[in-house]
Amino acid sequence: MKIVVCIKQVPDTTEVKLDPKTNTLIRDGVPSIINPDDKAGIEAALTLKEQLGGTVTVVCMGPPQADVALREALAMGCDDAILMSDRAFGGSDTYATAHVIAAGLKTLDYDLIITGRQAIDGDTAQVGPQIAEQLGIPQVSYAAEVKTAEDGAVVVKRQFEDRYQLLKVKTPCLITALSELAQPRYMTVSGIVNAYNKEVKVLTFEDVKNNLNPDFIGLKGSPTNVKQSFTKQVKGAGTVINVSADEAVKTIMDKLIEKHII
Amino acid sequence: MSKDIYVIAEQRDGVLAKVGKELIGEATKLAADLGEKVVAVVLGSKIKEEAAKLYAYGADEVVVIDNPVLKSYTTEPYAKALTELIAKCEPNIVLFGATSIGRDLAPRVAGRVHTGLTADCTGLAIDEETKLLLMTRPAFGGNIMATIVCKDYRPQMATVRPGVMKALEKDASKTGEVKVLDVALTAADMNVEILEEVKETKKAVDITEAKILVSGGRGIGSAKGFDMLRECAAELGGEVASSRSCVDAGWIESDRQVGQTGKTVRPELYIACGISGAIQHVAGMENSEFVVSINKNDTAAIFSVSDLGVVGDVNVIIPKLTEALKKYNAEKNN
Repeated sequence: MKIVVCIKQVPDTTEVKLDPKTNTLIRDGVPSIINPDDKAGIEAALTLKEQLGGTVTVVCMGPPQADVALREALAMGCDDAILMSDRAFGGSDTYATAHVIAAGLKTLDYDLIITGRQAIDGDTAQVGPQIAEQLGIPQVSYAAEVKTAEDGAVVVKRQFEDRYQLLKVKTPCLITALSELAQPRYMTVSGIVNAYNKEVKVLTFEDVKNNLNPDFIGLKGSPTNVKQSFTKQVKGAGTVINVSADEAVKTIMDKLIEKHII
Repeated sequence: MSKDIYVIAEQRDGVLAKVGKELIGEATKLAADLGEKVVAVVLGSKIKEEAAKLYAYGADEVVVIDNPVLKSYTTEPYAKALTELIAKCEPNIVLFGATSIGRDLAPRVAGRVHTGLTADCTGLAIDEETKLLLMTRPAFGGNIMATIVCKDYRPQMATVRPGVMKALEKDASKTGEVKVLDVALTAADMNVEILEEVKETKKAVDITEAKILVSGGRGIGSAKGFDMLRECAAELGGEVASSRSCVDAGWIESDRQVGQTGKTVRPELYIACGISGAIQHVAGMENSEFVVSINKNDTAAIFSVSDLGVVGDVNVIIPKLTEALKKYNAEKNN
């Protein structure tokens, strides 16, 4: 089975802090990581490959620094890595991003495409389904389990808030991985060595321009634009008390009664 | 010319989800600013009678796309039906709940009709001058907010997190005829086969519906700490919720998680127990009416979003609070 995993390099948002004075984001020193859902997707792909044979190709759109994320994926055991990088791609919203990535995927032969459900920096969950739409293939998002059926189809446990569906879907198709899809393996030492001996293939605008519409990519080709961004106004703090436990409980009870909550 | 606000009101097993009613409530405000109508759309099978209820929640018009193929949600038939609706009706705005259905369907449809889509909005407004929809959403794990516009493409599309908007009070005097939009759908439109659909009963608790939440963070120390919170919540007639760290530690089920990657809640009372108040958590509970927080650390960030902050040990205070509530409830019942 030929599997392609689309990954994103993201800042580790749990490490992002606000400057209390300026109320702006401190981005310096925030580590870049492979988006967690995408990493689960890599693991699921590697597991399928171990069961069925085949190849796992990892694709990332991003700046040249995203090379590191691709090397990590190679060190985990992926066979090939492709970096889609060009200034023309910059500023893309989800539609434009999907348009670019789909153009890159059209240069590849694939049975199954796996993306993470969502990236922790944007949390949109839109790029996976939009790639599937661009490629005209079925999608199954929120995948909690994936296995192959005898006839080359895949069976996916599709998670909802209150239920799950077991869906059988013919390949080629795209699934979006929940982080619980698979627990990512660690890189091995030999894997890391191999990763740096391998070539990360770079696809620029020139390489994929016949597969896309140049008016539909980048900042200009994005249907949505950021009008403004701002840090959130936090709710004003109320009273903070530092008293004995008994007094504290009494204060809480008085408040709950005063507010007619109890 | 594109006009009107279309709310895609989700149903599961023939029952409307709350988020659709919330979106209609919000849409009535936007519609007033635009001088347009609110159209509620329900996709399903034998759904007409249920859909009619949406008039009571503020819809000016209710449209159903009724087909056996739409009984259970799968992407393609739903996407095809909505694409056709958009082509026929030319909405100005289309809103979806940011649920596991809306977040699967909306991007597929936005991709197909080639328009913009903004995910997981927490605020919607109409720009006074341009009349564009201003879609505000958290990014960077809730660290910043961004206001997004979609200038050149229609419809303007957004998904909105459940629990963020408020439904209007039900007004049973408002009724109307449900319009049926015929879309030619057959089983051949399904590109996936549903082998099995299983409801998970353990997920029956919906913390977004709870009026009172007693929520635990790392500071409660262990899975056992939740027993203490459950007892307290029971006295209050509420439910137990959690921060992400407890879910990650396996102390409690993930459907109890409040925050950026969990649920957005707006209960009347939120008691944060041993929760530090990371911005990702605050994003999910800051609209609570009254927040009490208990934390050992007197500089905990949670205090800055609390109405009442208590510096102290939750493992001491909560059992005492439970006792006090028991006593109070017993006296009240006598």
